[in-house]
Amino acid sequence: MTTIEQQSRLGSGSAARSRKPGRARRPAKRNWRRTLKRDWQLYALAILPLAFLAIFRYAPMVGNVIAFRTFRPGGSIFGEQWVGLRYVRMFINDPAFWNVFTNTAILGGLTLAVCFPLPIILALMLNEVRVRRFKKIVQSISYLPHFLSIVIVVGMLMQLLSVEGTVNQILRAFDFDPIPFLQRPEWFRAIYVGSEVWQTVGWGTILYLAALTTVDQQLYEAARIDGANRWRQTWHVTLPGIRPMMVTLLILNTGMFLNVGFEKVLLLYNPMTYATADVVSTYLYRVGLVANNLSYAAAIGLFQALIGLAMILSANMISRRLVGSSLW
Amino acid sequence: MVIQGAQEGRTVPKTASAGIKDSTGYRVFTWVNTILLLLFVAIILYPLLTIVAQSFSSEGAIRTGQVNLFPVGFNLDTYRAVAENPLFWRNYRNTVTYTVVGTTVAMILTTSLAFVISKKHLRGRGLLIGIAVFTMFFNGGLIPNYVLIMNLGLKNTMWAVVLPGALSVFNLLVMKSFFENLPTELEESAQIDGLNWFGILFRIVLPLSKAVIATMVLFYAVMYWNDWFTAFLYIDRQDLMPVTMFLRNLIAGASSAASEGAAGQGMLTSAVSANIQAVTMVLTVIPILCVYPFIQRYFVTGIMLGSVKG
Repeated sequence: MTTIEQQSRLGSGSAARSRKPGRARRPAKRNWRRTLKRDWQLYALAILPLAFLAIFRYAPMVGNVIAFRTFRPGGSIFGEQWVGLRYVRMFINDPAFWNVFTNTAILGGLTLAVCFPLPIILALMLNEVRVRRFKKIVQSISYLPHFLSIVIVVGMLMQLLSVEGTVNQILRAFDFDPIPFLQRPEWFRAIYVGSEVWQTVGWGTILYLAALTTVDQQLYEAARIDGANRWRQTWHVTLPGIRPMMVTLLILNTGMFLNVGFEKVLLLYNPMTYATADVVSTYLYRVGLVANNLSYAAAIGLFQALIGLAMILSANMISRRLVGSSLW
Repeated sequence: MVIQGAQEGRTVPKTASAGIKDSTGYRVFTWVNTILLLLFVAIILYPLLTIVAQSFSSEGAIRTGQVNLFPVGFNLDTYRAVAENPLFWRNYRNTVTYTVVGTTVAMILTTSLAFVISKKHLRGRGLLIGIAVFTMFFNGGLIPNYVLIMNLGLKNTMWAVVLPGALSVFNLLVMKSFFENLPTELEESAQIDGLNWFGILFRIVLPLSKAVIATMVLFYAVMYWNDWFTAFLYIDRQDLMPVTMFLRNLIAGASSAASEGAAGQGMLTSAVSANIQAVTMVLTVIPILCVYPFIQRYFVTGIMLGSVKG
């Protein structure tokens, strides 16, 4: 509060210097003029980024109206004619849509269930390492996959999982028959989640490690005096200590639930694995951009985005009610 | 088992070393923990090292599955073959261009908006933040974005790749909280000395923000370097594609037996594809590996700054 007052006093000071200092107090409606005079440079700096947001973020949001209008390729981005809920009805009655919706929910749920707790466990393990050098090296290596392109990751997956690849070599060594993993729908989910873990688990630990350093040491001493063994100390002190971080990340992950790695699925799947691999975003990609049915695909996309928004809002609300911490 | 004894690693002081009853158990735990972490490191590194080994190996050795961590039938023929492919170099140069231009544009947009919304006295600040943050939770979606790029006439231009990602709200918030943490006294005295806001930004704030700038440059550069999807959507001329699309086409060509449409242009006979994929991957990753060690300490602080404070 004090800094705000200081700054505004200071800011108006520089602007008012040219005028008479005594006339600083003015009617409310003239405040804006004074603000502009004082801070026009700041507003000017914001113009470019705001124009960017308007064009590349908000215009597409409005552009979603083509979900309710017919669209002529090459025509206006806002479509030609209102058709009401025709496209919405279309996908609700589309069995293929519900199939990909189920796939999305399963893939998203699995990813959340596996990729959310693992960084916590890894962070707790790293936190146990006393040899600083070792800890640093493990950390550096664990962040590395985060910086690789999805194309690279998928390329490596294809080589590792090919019939001649490492995984099948291991299977052969134990006298199993090689499995063409990438052609088998029943393997897709495991491959997807596994590679997701490989790429994200190390990066996910950064925030938890930061949170772990803020846990009060005296709590551990108190717990030890109360006779808590290490496991109980972890349970009663460490985990509650990083709970706000866990809740925040859980809310964020919940909001991403349906956005399961579009790009990775698109690179990784093929018609043979559609049964389990096809997700909402790849389906709408094929319907919209390959089959050129843009309005229909926009309706699906809007539905997906609204579900995402609803989920993040409700996750935030639930966590505020239950644990008292929330994103906003 | 994993979590047992969690407090020990944190406080290294001797007094904290466990009570006698725990010590054997704790020693066992430490060993198990170390072994598990080593295993984890091995799993992370193995795929990367295999690719490097494959890139130096003979095709026959790869086909029969002999290559693991070390090259078999060492040779540089594939590197030579890829290096002599004009399309590869073309795409590689495109990636460099897109990364440099994109990162520059993104840094200009992000820094200016972050500076503005870090000024707590500014009228309408909350609104500005709200406008930006809302785009994190709701977005136009694939189709409207596609239609927009088409309508702006950006298809098959560099700007289709550069512009859509040019302002990451996450990066914006990281920078904002960094700027907020700078001592306000500096700016105040600068104002008294007659500097305007532009002057404060360029002469006071930016020189003090090298750490966060390095982090943001790294994040954006890696994003542009790794991006393939925008090019996949908006670019269909092969000479404008980034190297990730070159690689994607190799992979797509190799996975579908018929390699029509693949970028290999005749060079992609299935006999050499595994090698060429490996070499392309190695060449694509090398720049990232080169900058990674230097900027690492920055991004860890950067991401903590942005996220712990929200």
